[in-house]
Amino acid sequence: MAAACLRLVWLAPLLLGLVDGGRAEPPRDALREELVITPLPSGDVAATFQFRTRWDSDLQREEVSHYRLFPKALGQLISKYSLRELHLSFTQGFWRTRYWGPPFLQAPSGAELWVWFQDTVTDVDKSWKELSNVLSGIFCASLNFIDSTNTVTPTASFKPLGLANGTDHYFLRYAVLPREVVCTENLTPWKKLLPCSSKAGLSVLLKADRLFHTSYHSQAVHIRPVCRNARCTSISWELRQTLSVVYDAFVTGQGKKDWSLFRMFSRTLTEPCPLASESRVYVDVTSYNQDNETLEVHPTPTTTYQDVTLGTQKTYAVYDLLDTAVINNSRNLNLQFKWKSPPENGYVHYQPAQDRLQPHLLEMLIQLPANSATKVSIQFERALLKWTEYTPDPNHGFYVSPSVLSALVPSMVAAKPVDWEESPLFKSLYPVSDSSSYFVRLYTEPLLVNLPTPDFSMPYNVICLTCTVVAVCYGSFYNLLTRTFHIEEPSTGGLAKWLANLIRRARGVPPL
Amino acid sequence: MAAPGVAATDLEVVRGKRAALFFAAVAILLGLPLWWKTTETYRAPLPYSQISGLNALQLRLMVPVTVVFTRESVPLDDQEKLPFTVVQEREIPLKYKMKIKCLFQKAYRRALEHEEAALSLGSMQEAETMLAKSQKQAEGSLTVYVISEHSSLLPQDMMSYIGPERTAVVRGIMHREALNIVGHQVIQVAQAMSLTEDVLAAALSDHLPEDKWSSDKRRPLKSSLGYEITFSLLNPDPKSHDVHWDIEGAVQRYVQPFLSALSAVGNFSVDSQILYYAVLGVNPRFDPASSSYYLAAHSLPHVINPVESRLGSSAASLYPVLNFLLYVPELAHSPLYIQDKDGAPVATNAFHSPRWGGIMIYNVDPTVYNASELPVRVEVEMVRVMEVFLAQLRLLFGIAQPQMPPKCLFSGPKSEGLTTWELDQLLWARSVENLATATTTLTSLAQLLGKISNIVIKDDVASEVYSAVAAVQKAAEELASGHLASAFIASQEAVTSSERAFFDPSLLHLLYFPDDQKFAIYIPLFLPMAVPILLSLVKIFLETRKSWKKPEKID
Repeated sequence: MAAACLRLVWLAPLLLGLVDGGRAEPPRDALREELVITPLPSGDVAATFQFRTRWDSDLQREEVSHYRLFPKALGQLISKYSLRELHLSFTQGFWRTRYWGPPFLQAPSGAELWVWFQDTVTDVDKSWKELSNVLSGIFCASLNFIDSTNTVTPTASFKPLGLANGTDHYFLRYAVLPREVVCTENLTPWKKLLPCSSKAGLSVLLKADRLFHTSYHSQAVHIRPVCRNARCTSISWELRQTLSVVYDAFVTGQGKKDWSLFRMFSRTLTEPCPLASESRVYVDVTSYNQDNETLEVHPTPTTTYQDVTLGTQKTYAVYDLLDTAVINNSRNLNLQFKWKSPPENGYVHYQPAQDRLQPHLLEMLIQLPANSATKVSIQFERALLKWTEYTPDPNHGFYVSPSVLSALVPSMVAAKPVDWEESPLFKSLYPVSDSSSYFVRLYTEPLLVNLPTPDFSMPYNVICLTCTVVAVCYGSFYNLLTRTFHIEEPSTGGLAKWLANLIRRARGVPPL
Repeated sequence: MAAPGVAATDLEVVRGKRAALFFAAVAILLGLPLWWKTTETYRAPLPYSQISGLNALQLRLMVPVTVVFTRESVPLDDQEKLPFTVVQEREIPLKYKMKIKCLFQKAYRRALEHEEAALSLGSMQEAETMLAKSQKQAEGSLTVYVISEHSSLLPQDMMSYIGPERTAVVRGIMHREALNIVGHQVIQVAQAMSLTEDVLAAALSDHLPEDKWSSDKRRPLKSSLGYEITFSLLNPDPKSHDVHWDIEGAVQRYVQPFLSALSAVGNFSVDSQILYYAVLGVNPRFDPASSSYYLAAHSLPHVINPVESRLGSSAASLYPVLNFLLYVPELAHSPLYIQDKDGAPVATNAFHSPRWGGIMIYNVDPTVYNASELPVRVEVEMVRVMEVFLAQLRLLFGIAQPQMPPKCLFSGPKSEGLTTWELDQLLWARSVENLATATTTLTSLAQLLGKISNIVIKDDVASEVYSAVAAVQKAAEELASGHLASAFIASQEAVTSSERAFFDPSLLHLLYFPDDQKFAIYIPLFLPMAVPILLSLVKIFLETRKSWKKPEKID
């Protein structure tokens, strides 16, 4: 369906190009958008948007660039900084795996940025610094605070997600800013990158005041090169914009487990985005089918989609926006998850920190025995910082970036191999090596550490105290050296003597 | 008993005095310099006098004009006097602190053989191509050929001709005052082709008082090392219109030749994008008479803002961006026309905003709606669009329509849309503007550094200032000697160095160190130490004066 659409749209320019005398075929681009609504075991509802723009163009070589669906701001970045992959996420809240089950896409609280540069880049650190500054401008975020003190080069995790010739870790940079507060000002530039803005299609639902009234909000941008065709003779660029939110069932549903698009987003879908070649809504109805509950999805789905996702067999009700009209109401259903630990070989990579230059990096590849708890603990000392290094609110504490757990989990059910291009977007972000396992990446919560905080008026107090001591010593020394001492006859009278006599008389002692 | 006691006390007093004096001496000779040296902010020396000298800089812009006389163009006895050189000076009156003078250095000479041959050809085009082959002219220089009064090169009623390259042709005259008359004509032609007051005034519009060059005057783009040009196609209604434009071909065919002609002015980069659901900020009014919609001239300033948020800033460079928007109005609002102040529709259906870019409204041919269902396919006619955008580009760069002297034939630019002498005009204007900007930056930097003594001046900042001053002086010299290309490059260096010095972050390091905080730190130490020293000095002084007065009394 998607491919046919694509071909129709681009047939005409192709012909025109031939008439014009063999002019180069214009780069083709396509947009797919998707919303997955998953009722979570806890009764909350997760909604994951994915917008994927694929552009059949080699950005690195062209001098004059012409953009259609691909946003110009990001395209320029790719060509200027010779990026191979860029992954940026802004997250508010924490994905509670225990209650919500495994996520499609988790991201650590705050901002996370990891970038693979092309191996033609000579000064990776400079490009990384400039890139983070430009990105902070584009997304209105404090990514400009990324410097060598919070940047690491992981060696085992964070392999390229797209096409890659070599994986020399020298070209990878990774940084997390746990302090970053995500707000509407980050969402607005993110929405502007969408071809249909927020005027049509699924992006209509992206209303800031509802998206931020959620227990978890994570928006991300993933750029990577992908194969243009099955034989992978040339590359295309893929931009994925993802947004996951988890709605608190009790807030959205007033204590009931019912939900609807309107109740969650305060909008309904009215029209498809005319630029999208595919626009679908998937609703997870797995347990609805199994348990024969008396709840219903409204309107009744035209098709269902069954597949193995995150290790379990899932059933999704599919609504194709390019086909049907409007989705108004559907109901919540229960869902259960199970998982097992994957067998892996051990590997430990430790890169010690250098004060004010680089942070600690500890990577471990471990095989977890079944039904066991593994505890990794790290001892650290609290140190005093230089007084200019304290933040304006030092008593808030200092963040330690969350740990990352990347795992290849064996699947409960074997997934049937499908064409990667054809499969829904929520399935195709992480490359699948074989169908018997699936990939998850989990993040722990960031750690807030209270460092000893000095009294910041202390330097001045020290100055005053030291100066007073010095001045007192100096004064007595000076007096000793310059004064002449001689015995003086006590003078008669005077106020002091009169006062002393007054007191003596009161005590009954003879006066002086 | 009493005498030795008194003597001992006197000895003690003298010793005390000496000790006090010694303390004072150590404090003044050792303490003060040490304190001064350790708390000093490093300030590299700057050429303050040279910078203040820049303000009174006299710019002398030299235009070398070669005047070539063919046989029979002027009487024989006048031809005998050739070759010789005349310099004509003219002050350009501008309300600006810099005095700008324009010098036309006219070098008269006789035509060489091949020039005679070329000018005796039948048509102007042939003559020009033949002349262009033989010599290459430097930027800023002009060559004026004086041809015979009866030559058929020019039409009968025309007195002069201005070509697309740096050449012009003037009809000679057989008269006793021939050289004067021809000289006057040459000046007229040379003025049209080089420096006019308008060009310089527009270039200096940022530095001139508002009253003369108010906002209704055109303000050209500020001088910069490079420019980014972005063409955006706005399609607010993709449900009804499926718009296609061959921007790649159009850029290659129309924009690149123009930009490569302009390449001396700066680096250019071109890109394009298509924005969907981008609407103008103003609701068009319906005109029942023509059943069309219109945007009134007074509402045009409000059109740009909402669109601009979608355009996306240029992330990859710091150069100024020129936006050219092609707006295909939504079905509900088409056709859409722009009305001028009198209510008549604007012929090009476009407008431009100085220093920002241009907007053109492209109405879809209404007949296509009948033929097919929505969305209709729209192929944009790029020739029509690019004509408008190129004209706007010229305006944005401050290339005005040339003002021709009377009875002068103007051939018009070649295919790239820019004559070489228009480029020269632009270079003159940009050089003067750059010099004015660099001078202003240097002056304000010098003022700032003079006013705030806390600012650290590092050596690299100082060296940038020195090189900026040197570049300004070099540019002024090169302008005075008529080397336009090198003058322009020097002026660009001046701007770059001066701005780099001005915006150097190291200037801000110790800026916030107010005096009250300094005293708060010094007083706890200095006050208790200084008071005893001062008191003993005063006491010693008083006693010495008393002991000087005493002997006088005895006398």
